[in-house]
Amino acid sequence: MSSGHMDRRDVARKLLAARGEALIVTGLGSTCYDSGAIADHPLTFAFWGGMGAAAMAGLGLALAQKKRPVLVWTGDGEMLMGLGALATLGTQAPPNLSVVVIDNELYSETGMQKTHTGRGLDLAAMAKAAGFERSATIRTEAELDEWIPKLYKPEGAAFVAIKVNDARYPLTLKIRDGSLLKNRFREALLGSKALE
Amino acid sequence: MAAEQKLVTWPDEIYDVFKRLDIRQVAYVPDAGHTRLIKSCEADKEMQVISCTSEQEGVAMLAGTWLGGERGALLMQSSGVGNTINLLSISLECRMPLVMVVTMRGEWGEFNPWQLPMGQKTGAVLEEMEVIVYRVEKAEEIGPTTYAAALMAFNTGRPVAVLIAQCVIGFKDWSK
Ligand SMILES: Cc1ncc(C[n+]2csc(CCOP(=O)(O)OP(=O)(O)O)c2C)c(N)n1
Ligand SMILES: [Mg+2]
Repeated sequence: MSSGHMDRRDVARKLLAARGEALIVTGLGSTCYDSGAIADHPLTFAFWGGMGAAAMAGLGLALAQKKRPVLVWTGDGEMLMGLGALATLGTQAPPNLSVVVIDNELYSETGMQKTHTGRGLDLAAMAKAAGFERSATIRTEAELDEWIPKLYKPEGAAFVAIKVNDARYPLTLKIRDGSLLKNRFREALLGSKALE
Repeated sequence: MAAEQKLVTWPDEIYDVFKRLDIRQVAYVPDAGHTRLIKSCEADKEMQVISCTSEQEGVAMLAGTWLGGERGALLMQSSGVGNTINLLSISLECRMPLVMVVTMRGEWGEFNPWQLPMGQKTGAVLEEMEVIVYRVEKAEEIGPTTYAAALMAFNTGRPVAVLIAQCVIGFKDWSK
Protein backbone atom coordinates (compact mmCIF):
# COMPACT_ATOMS: atom_id res chain seq x y z
CA MET A 1 0.00 0.00 0.00
CA SER A 2 1.08 3.54 -0.76
CA SER A 3 -0.09 6.68 0.96
CA GLY A 4 -0.44 8.43 -2.42
CA HIS A 5 -3.63 8.74 -4.46
CA MET A 6 -2.54 10.04 -7.85
CA ASP A 7 -1.91 7.65 -10.73
CA ARG A 8 1.67 7.55 -11.98
CA ARG A 9 0.66 7.65 -15.64
CA ASP A 10 -1.50 10.75 -15.10
CA VAL A 11 1.47 12.39 -13.46
CA ALA A 12 3.73 11.28 -16.33
CA ARG A 13 1.36 12.73 -18.94
CA LYS A 14 1.32 16.10 -17.22
CA LEU A 15 5.08 16.15 -16.71
CA LEU A 16 5.83 15.29 -20.33
CA ALA A 17 3.22 17.62 -21.82
CA ALA A 18 5.06 20.56 -20.24
CA ARG A 19 8.62 19.47 -21.10
CA GLY A 20 9.35 22.07 -23.78
CA GLU A 21 13.11 22.28 -24.29
CA ALA A 22 13.95 20.08 -21.33
CA LEU A 23 16.42 17.22 -21.33
CA ILE A 24 15.14 14.25 -19.34
CA VAL A 25 16.91 11.37 -17.62
CA THR A 26 14.80 8.60 -16.11
CA GLY A 27 15.91 6.01 -13.58
CA LEU A 28 15.35 2.28 -13.91
CA GLY A 29 12.05 0.86 -12.71
CA SER A 30 8.60 2.09 -13.54
CA THR A 31 9.54 5.63 -14.56
CA CYS A 32 11.51 4.30 -17.51
CA TYR A 33 8.44 2.36 -18.61
CA ASP A 34 6.22 5.41 -18.08
CA SER A 35 8.50 7.44 -20.31
CA GLY A 36 8.32 4.86 -23.09
CA ALA A 37 4.58 4.36 -22.82
CA ILE A 38 3.45 7.99 -22.66
CA ALA A 39 5.69 9.85 -25.07
CA ASP A 40 9.07 8.55 -26.07
CA HIS A 41 11.37 11.37 -27.10
CA PRO A 42 14.93 11.56 -28.43
CA LEU A 43 15.86 13.88 -25.58
CA THR A 44 14.75 11.37 -22.95
CA PHE A 45 17.52 9.06 -21.84
CA ALA A 46 16.01 6.13 -19.94
CA PHE A 47 18.25 4.07 -17.71
CA TRP A 48 17.15 0.44 -17.69
CA GLY A 49 19.88 -0.47 -15.25
CA GLY A 50 22.54 1.30 -13.26
CA MET A 51 20.28 1.63 -10.24
CA GLY A 52 21.19 4.80 -8.32
CA ALA A 53 22.72 6.55 -11.33
CA ALA A 54 19.93 8.78 -12.62
CA ALA A 55 20.44 11.81 -10.39
CA MET A 56 24.19 12.03 -10.95
CA ALA A 57 23.76 11.60 -14.70
CA GLY A 58 21.36 14.53 -14.48
CA LEU A 59 24.06 16.56 -12.75
CA GLY A 60 26.68 15.89 -15.43
CA LEU A 61 24.13 16.80 -18.07
CA ALA A 62 22.99 19.96 -16.30
CA LEU A 63 26.61 21.13 -15.92
CA ALA A 64 27.27 20.49 -19.62
CA GLN A 65 24.04 22.11 -20.82
CA LYS A 66 23.53 25.12 -18.59
CA LYS A 67 20.99 26.77 -20.90
CA ARG A 68 18.62 23.81 -20.96
CA PRO A 69 16.35 22.66 -18.17
CA VAL A 70 17.33 19.16 -17.05
CA LEU A 71 14.86 16.89 -15.34
CA VAL A 72 15.74 13.72 -13.47
CA TRP A 73 12.63 11.56 -13.27
CA THR A 74 12.97 8.46 -11.14
CA GLY A 75 11.48 6.18 -8.51
CA ASP A 76 11.84 6.25 -4.74
CA GLY A 77 13.85 3.02 -4.67
CA GLU A 78 16.23 4.24 -7.35
CA MET A 79 16.70 7.56 -5.55
CA LEU A 80 17.33 5.83 -2.23
CA MET A 81 20.16 3.81 -3.76
CA GLY A 82 21.79 7.09 -4.75
CA LEU A 83 21.23 9.11 -1.59
CA GLY A 84 24.84 10.25 -1.68
CA ALA A 85 23.98 11.75 -5.05
CA LEU A 86 21.25 13.80 -3.41
CA ALA A 87 23.94 15.25 -1.15
CA THR A 88 26.25 15.97 -4.09
CA LEU A 89 23.44 17.54 -6.13
CA GLY A 90 22.34 19.65 -3.19
CA THR A 91 25.79 21.06 -2.68
CA GLN A 92 26.19 21.77 -6.42
CA ALA A 93 22.59 22.90 -6.92
CA PRO A 94 22.75 23.87 -10.60
CA PRO A 95 19.79 26.21 -11.21
CA ASN A 96 18.69 24.28 -14.32
CA LEU A 97 18.33 20.93 -12.55
CA SER A 98 15.16 19.44 -11.12
CA VAL A 99 14.68 16.03 -9.57
CA VAL A 100 11.26 14.39 -9.62
CA VAL A 101 10.78 11.23 -7.60
CA ILE A 102 7.65 9.25 -8.39
CA ASP A 103 7.16 7.99 -4.88
CA ASN A 104 4.90 4.93 -4.57
CA GLU A 105 6.72 3.95 -1.35
CA LEU A 106 7.47 0.64 -3.04
CA TYR A 107 9.98 -1.23 -5.08
CA SER A 108 7.17 -2.02 -7.45
CA GLU A 109 9.09 -3.73 -10.21
CA THR A 110 10.61 -6.33 -7.94
CA GLY A 111 7.45 -7.38 -6.13
CA MET A 112 6.01 -4.41 -4.24
CA GLN A 113 8.34 -4.43 -1.25
CA LYS A 114 8.09 -1.36 0.94
CA THR A 115 10.84 1.29 0.60
CA HIS A 116 11.97 3.59 3.40
CA THR A 117 9.62 6.32 2.18
CA GLY A 118 6.83 3.92 3.21
CA ARG A 119 8.39 3.89 6.67
CA GLY A 120 8.30 7.64 7.04
CA LEU A 121 11.54 8.74 5.38
CA ASP A 122 11.04 12.23 3.96
CA LEU A 123 13.04 12.63 0.74
CA ALA A 124 11.99 16.24 0.23
CA ALA A 125 13.29 17.15 3.69
CA MET A 126 16.56 15.38 2.94
CA ALA A 127 16.87 17.28 -0.34
CA LYS A 128 16.22 20.55 1.43
CA ALA A 129 18.82 19.73 4.07
CA ALA A 130 21.31 18.90 1.30
CA GLY A 131 20.91 22.33 -0.26
CA PHE A 132 18.09 22.20 -2.82
CA GLU A 133 16.63 25.69 -2.81
CA ARG A 134 13.14 24.46 -3.64
CA SER A 135 11.72 21.19 -2.44
CA ALA A 136 8.30 19.73 -1.71
CA THR A 137 6.22 16.61 -1.32
CA ILE A 138 3.28 16.67 -3.72
CA ARG A 139 0.08 14.82 -2.93
CA THR A 140 -2.66 16.52 -4.94
CA GLU A 141 -3.30 17.43 -8.55
CA ALA A 142 -3.53 21.09 -7.60
CA GLU A 143 -0.05 20.96 -6.09
CA LEU A 144 1.21 19.09 -9.13
CA ASP A 145 -0.23 21.68 -11.54
CA GLU A 146 1.38 24.44 -9.52
CA TRP A 147 4.78 22.75 -9.45
CA ILE A 148 5.17 21.43 -12.99
CA PRO A 149 5.97 24.76 -14.68
CA LYS A 150 8.39 25.58 -11.87
CA LEU A 151 10.33 22.38 -12.50
CA TYR A 152 11.25 23.55 -15.99
CA LYS A 153 12.30 27.05 -14.94
CA PRO A 154 16.00 27.46 -14.13
CA GLU A 155 15.35 29.28 -10.90
CA GLY A 156 17.34 27.11 -8.55
CA ALA A 157 17.72 23.39 -8.09
CA ALA A 158 14.34 21.82 -7.33
CA PHE A 159 13.35 18.51 -5.78
CA VAL A 160 9.84 17.07 -5.60
CA ALA A 161 8.60 13.75 -4.30
CA ILE A 162 5.27 13.07 -5.99
CA LYS A 163 3.23 10.60 -4.01
CA VAL A 164 1.41 8.13 -6.27
CA ASN A 165 -0.68 5.02 -5.67
CA ASP A 166 0.52 1.46 -6.13
CA ALA A 167 -0.83 0.95 -9.67
CA ARG A 168 1.44 -1.18 -11.86
CA TYR A 169 1.54 -1.08 -15.61
CA PRO A 170 3.00 -3.47 -18.16
CA LEU A 171 6.71 -3.17 -18.79
CA THR A 172 6.81 -1.09 -21.94
CA LEU A 173 10.10 0.04 -23.32
CA LYS A 174 10.40 1.04 -26.95
CA ILE A 175 14.17 1.13 -27.21
CA ARG A 176 16.20 -1.28 -25.15
CA ASP A 177 19.62 -0.68 -26.61
CA GLY A 178 21.54 1.77 -24.43
CA SER A 179 23.93 2.67 -27.21
CA LEU A 180 21.06 3.63 -29.49
CA LEU A 181 19.45 5.72 -26.73
CA LYS A 182 22.72 7.54 -26.21
CA ASN A 183 23.31 8.14 -29.91
CA ARG A 184 19.85 9.47 -30.59
CA PHE A 185 20.02 11.74 -27.53
CA ARG A 186 23.38 13.20 -28.55
CA GLU A 187 22.35 13.63 -32.15
CA ALA A 188 19.13 15.40 -31.19
CA LEU A 189 21.01 17.65 -28.78
CA LEU A 190 24.32 18.25 -30.51
CA GLY A 191 23.58 17.64 -34.19
CA SER A 192 26.54 16.61 -36.32
CA LYS A 193 28.94 17.40 -33.46
CA ALA A 194 27.62 14.25 -31.77
CA LEU A 195 29.33 12.08 -34.34
CA GLU A 196 32.74 13.76 -34.28
CA MET B 1 62.62 15.51 1.00
CA ALA B 2 61.83 18.97 -0.38
CA ALA B 3 64.25 18.50 -3.28
CA GLU B 4 62.73 15.11 -4.00
CA GLN B 5 59.21 16.54 -4.15
CA LYS B 6 60.23 19.14 -6.69
CA LEU B 7 60.98 16.39 -9.16
CA VAL B 8 57.41 15.14 -9.12
CA THR B 9 55.69 16.41 -12.27
CA TRP B 10 53.24 13.68 -13.22
CA PRO B 11 50.17 15.30 -11.65
CA ASP B 12 50.85 18.38 -13.78
CA GLU B 13 51.28 16.18 -16.82
CA ILE B 14 47.88 14.58 -16.25
CA TYR B 15 46.42 18.07 -15.92
CA ASP B 16 48.04 19.04 -19.25
CA VAL B 17 46.52 15.94 -20.85
CA PHE B 18 43.10 16.94 -19.53
CA LYS B 19 43.56 20.37 -21.12
CA ARG B 20 44.74 18.96 -24.43
CA LEU B 21 41.71 16.67 -24.56
CA ASP B 22 39.32 19.45 -23.56
CA ILE B 23 38.14 17.70 -20.40
CA ARG B 24 35.64 20.02 -18.73
CA GLN B 25 34.19 17.97 -15.88
CA VAL B 26 36.31 16.24 -13.27
CA ALA B 27 34.67 14.08 -10.61
CA TYR B 28 36.63 12.75 -7.70
CA VAL B 29 36.69 11.11 -4.32
CA PRO B 30 39.97 12.29 -2.82
CA ASP B 31 43.10 10.26 -2.53
CA ALA B 32 46.29 11.78 -1.17
CA GLY B 33 47.98 10.82 -4.44
CA HIS B 34 45.59 13.07 -6.37
CA THR B 35 45.93 16.14 -4.16
CA ARG B 36 47.97 18.18 -6.60
CA LEU B 37 45.93 17.26 -9.67
CA ILE B 38 42.69 18.11 -7.87
CA LYS B 39 44.14 21.51 -6.92
CA SER B 40 45.19 22.25 -10.49
CA CYS B 41 41.76 21.31 -11.83
CA GLU B 42 40.00 23.38 -9.18
CA ALA B 43 42.11 26.40 -10.08
CA ASP B 44 41.05 26.10 -13.72
CA LYS B 45 37.99 28.20 -14.56
CA GLU B 46 37.16 26.06 -17.58
CA MET B 47 36.81 22.93 -15.48
CA GLN B 48 33.92 21.97 -13.25
CA VAL B 49 35.28 19.86 -10.44
CA ILE B 50 32.79 17.81 -8.50
CA SER B 51 33.52 16.20 -5.17
CA CYS B 52 31.48 12.98 -4.94
CA THR B 53 30.43 11.08 -1.83
CA SER B 54 31.17 7.77 -3.56
CA GLU B 55 33.07 6.83 -6.71
CA GLN B 56 29.96 5.39 -8.32
CA GLU B 57 28.53 8.90 -8.43
CA GLY B 58 31.41 9.94 -10.65
CA VAL B 59 30.72 7.11 -13.09
CA ALA B 60 27.07 8.12 -13.33
CA MET B 61 27.87 11.80 -13.62
CA LEU B 62 30.23 11.28 -16.53
CA ALA B 63 27.45 9.53 -18.46
CA GLY B 64 25.49 12.77 -18.21
CA THR B 65 28.59 14.76 -19.13
CA TRP B 66 28.91 12.76 -22.35
CA LEU B 67 25.20 12.95 -23.15
CA GLY B 68 25.51 16.71 -22.78
CA GLY B 69 28.41 16.93 -25.23
CA GLU B 70 31.30 17.47 -22.83
CA ARG B 71 34.21 15.31 -21.78
CA GLY B 72 35.08 14.31 -18.24
CA ALA B 73 37.34 12.19 -16.08
CA LEU B 74 37.10 10.49 -12.70
CA LEU B 75 39.87 10.47 -10.09
CA MET B 76 39.95 7.97 -7.26
CA GLN B 77 42.07 5.56 -5.27
CA SER B 78 42.09 1.81 -5.87
CA SER B 79 39.61 1.02 -3.09
CA GLY B 80 37.12 3.27 -4.87
CA VAL B 81 37.11 0.99 -7.89
CA GLY B 82 35.10 -1.43 -5.79
CA ASN B 83 32.38 1.18 -5.45
CA THR B 84 31.97 1.63 -9.20
CA ILE B 85 31.42 -1.90 -10.46
CA ASN B 86 27.70 -2.11 -11.25
CA LEU B 87 27.61 1.35 -12.77
CA LEU B 88 30.34 0.41 -15.23
CA SER B 89 27.41 -1.17 -17.07
CA ILE B 90 26.44 2.32 -18.23
CA SER B 91 29.63 2.79 -20.21
CA LEU B 92 29.60 -0.81 -21.41
CA GLU B 93 25.96 -0.99 -22.49
CA CYS B 94 25.78 2.51 -23.94
CA ARG B 95 29.26 2.61 -25.42
CA MET B 96 30.05 5.79 -23.61
CA PRO B 97 33.62 6.80 -22.89
CA LEU B 98 34.72 6.58 -19.28
CA VAL B 99 38.14 7.78 -18.15
CA MET B 100 39.27 6.75 -14.69
CA VAL B 101 42.60 7.71 -13.19
CA VAL B 102 43.30 5.51 -10.21
CA THR B 103 46.07 5.94 -7.65
CA MET B 104 47.02 2.56 -6.26
CA ARG B 105 47.16 1.50 -2.65
CA GLY B 106 47.71 -1.87 -1.06
CA GLU B 107 50.53 -3.05 -3.28
CA TRP B 108 53.92 -1.44 -2.47
CA GLY B 109 55.09 -0.82 1.07
CA GLU B 110 51.47 -0.45 2.17
CA PHE B 111 51.02 0.08 5.91
CA ASN B 112 47.25 -0.33 6.08
CA PRO B 113 46.12 -3.95 5.72
CA TRP B 114 42.56 -2.85 4.83
CA GLN B 115 43.86 -1.55 1.51
CA LEU B 116 45.09 -4.95 0.37
CA PRO B 117 41.91 -6.83 -0.61
CA MET B 118 40.88 -4.19 -3.16
CA GLY B 119 44.37 -2.96 -4.03
CA GLN B 120 45.60 -6.44 -4.92
CA LYS B 121 42.64 -7.05 -7.22
CA THR B 122 41.94 -3.64 -8.74
CA GLY B 123 43.35 -4.44 -12.16
CA ALA B 124 41.87 -7.94 -12.27
CA VAL B 125 38.40 -6.77 -11.26
CA LEU B 126 38.39 -3.99 -13.84
CA GLU B 127 39.61 -6.34 -16.56
CA GLU B 128 37.00 -8.89 -15.63
CA MET B 129 34.45 -6.11 -16.20
CA GLU B 130 36.00 -5.46 -19.62
CA VAL B 131 37.43 -2.12 -18.70
CA ILE B 132 40.65 -1.45 -20.62
CA VAL B 133 43.40 -1.17 -18.03
CA TYR B 134 46.75 0.60 -18.32
CA ARG B 135 49.07 0.09 -15.42
CA VAL B 136 51.91 2.59 -15.11
CA GLU B 137 54.96 2.03 -12.94
CA LYS B 138 57.22 4.82 -14.17
CA ALA B 139 56.46 8.45 -13.49
CA GLU B 140 57.52 9.59 -16.96
CA GLU B 141 55.01 7.26 -18.59
CA ILE B 142 51.97 8.56 -16.72
CA GLY B 143 51.32 11.56 -18.95
CA PRO B 144 51.66 9.79 -22.32
CA THR B 145 49.71 6.77 -21.10
CA THR B 146 46.85 8.90 -19.76
CA TYR B 147 46.72 10.74 -23.07
CA ALA B 148 46.62 7.55 -25.13
CA ALA B 149 44.07 5.90 -22.84
CA ALA B 150 41.72 8.87 -22.68
CA LEU B 151 41.97 9.55 -26.40
CA MET B 152 41.02 5.97 -27.10
CA ALA B 153 38.12 6.12 -24.67
CA PHE B 154 36.68 9.24 -26.31
CA ASN B 155 37.22 7.97 -29.84
CA THR B 156 35.85 4.48 -29.31
CA GLY B 157 33.31 4.84 -26.49
CA ARG B 158 34.98 2.45 -24.05
CA PRO B 159 35.80 2.54 -20.36
CA VAL B 160 39.50 2.88 -19.57
CA ALA B 161 41.41 3.00 -16.30
CA VAL B 162 44.93 4.24 -15.77
CA LEU B 163 46.34 2.65 -12.64
CA ILE B 164 49.21 4.63 -11.15
CA ALA B 165 51.35 2.17 -9.21
CA GLN B 166 51.99 2.84 -5.55
CA CYS B 167 55.75 2.64 -6.17
CA VAL B 168 55.43 5.88 -8.18
CA ILE B 169 53.34 7.64 -5.56
CA GLY B 170 55.42 6.55 -2.60
CA PHE B 171 54.36 5.43 0.83
CA LYS B 172 54.55 6.38 4.46
CA ASP B 173 57.28 4.43 6.19
CA TRP B 174 55.71 3.69 9.57
CA SER B 175 58.76 1.80 10.77
CA LYS B 176 60.59 5.10 11.31
C1 LIG C 1 21.84 -2.65 -8.07
C2 LIG C 1 20.49 -3.20 -8.23
N1 LIG C 1 19.83 -3.71 -7.17
C3 LIG C 1 18.57 -4.18 -7.31
C4 LIG C 1 17.96 -4.19 -8.54
C5 LIG C 1 16.56 -4.74 -8.70
N2 LIG C 1 15.58 -3.68 -8.96
C6 LIG C 1 15.14 -3.40 -10.20
S1 LIG C 1 13.96 -2.26 -10.22
C7 LIG C 1 13.98 -2.13 -8.55
C8 LIG C 1 13.00 -1.28 -7.82
C9 LIG C 1 12.98 0.12 -8.21
O1 LIG C 1 12.15 0.79 -7.33
P1 LIG C 1 11.64 2.23 -7.61
O2 LIG C 1 12.77 3.07 -8.04
O3 LIG C 1 10.86 2.72 -6.44
O4 LIG C 1 10.74 2.02 -8.90
P2 LIG C 1 9.16 1.74 -9.04
O5 LIG C 1 8.58 1.51 -7.72
O6 LIG C 1 8.65 2.95 -9.68
O7 LIG C 1 9.10 0.54 -9.94
C10 LIG C 1 14.93 -2.97 -7.99
C11 LIG C 1 15.21 -3.10 -6.55
C12 LIG C 1 18.69 -3.67 -9.62
N3 LIG C 1 18.18 -3.62 -10.87
N4 LIG C 1 19.93 -3.19 -9.45
MG1 LIG D 1 8.89 2.97 -6.13
